[in-house]
Amino acid sequence: MNKTATLAELSSLDRKLINLLQRGLPICEQPFAQIATEVDASEQEVIAALNKLMSEKVLTRFGPMYDAACLGGAFTLAALSVPEQDFEQVTEQVNSFEQIAHNYRRDHLYNMWFVIATESEQEIDQVVNAIEKKTGLTVLNVPKLEEFYVGLYLPV
Amino acid sequence: MSLSINLATSKQKKTQVTIFPALNAEQQAKLRGLLEQGLPTCSRPYLALARKIGLAESPFIEQQVIEQIKLWQQQGLIRRFGLVVKHRKLGFNANAMVVWNIADTAVDGIAKQLSQCPEVSLCYRRPRRLPDWPYNLFCMIHGIERAKVISQLQAITERLNLSHIEKNVLFSTRAFKQQGARYG
Repeated sequence: MNKTATLAELSSLDRKLINLLQRGLPICEQPFAQIATEVDASEQEVIAALNKLMSEKVLTRFGPMYDAACLGGAFTLAALSVPEQDFEQVTEQVNSFEQIAHNYRRDHLYNMWFVIATESEQEIDQVVNAIEKKTGLTVLNVPKLEEFYVGLYLPV
Repeated sequence: MSLSINLATSKQKKTQVTIFPALNAEQQAKLRGLLEQGLPTCSRPYLALARKIGLAESPFIEQQVIEQIKLWQQQGLIRRFGLVVKHRKLGFNANAMVVWNIADTAVDGIAKQLSQCPEVSLCYRRPRRLPDWPYNLFCMIHGIERAKVISQLQAITERLNLSHIEKNVLFSTRAFKQQGARYG
């Protein structure tokens, strides 16, 4: 309802900006002026459109996605098989850990999938153990072994 | 467009790195922290960042920040520098995690083929956890509708001759938490 309305309300400038900037932001003195020439608008129009998209929460922000390993951090993907009647409570328990970066419900026996992001590998194990203790459930821990591709691109 | 930018930067890189003093550790940490909140939307965002991290006013401070960010990109610390969309808000509500149980000897080759498919946005190898979890390759496909995502997956499976491989599709039904500026 809300979501499709938002998509429909995007102007042609909004769409161009979203598609172009997902590919990357120029790193030069006046990046928005450079973008403006590519989308056939002025620098002010580009900045105003981006601010509006951010205030409407269509865009979260501009900026870098850091590689966790390069920063010395650690990551894993983990899942729980949560009994339906406990789902809400377990969601709260899991999200109460500040190291939980994303948490999605998925339709499978393993119905709760979350990313744990910590400073070190050791801390991952500590968080996994703490989640198991708090929820009484066994965590399926499936860390990345090899990355073949990361390139989320969502044309609108 | 990105091609011409890249060419220009690689030509300038060597001379610029030697001309502008590198940021010290404390300044780098401040810049990383500020960037995590996002680039300011003003005409000279890198100059604004230079001032925010407390670089003493000089004609070079904007370039110091620009060079630092380019260096991080080169080193791989910054994986992508662009905008972060709320995919649900844009109508991409069908977010499918496709998991495959592929023979260890074949998994690398198939992962590379799957990574070539434009519909696939992430592709990782992860450990099996037997007996409950036999899957060792994970891909994400984001779409507007489930039916479309399923037909895209079907087309990929047929094109790459993967029909005989055991797989499962886990659609997300709700997001409880979405935060962070990091890939793992």
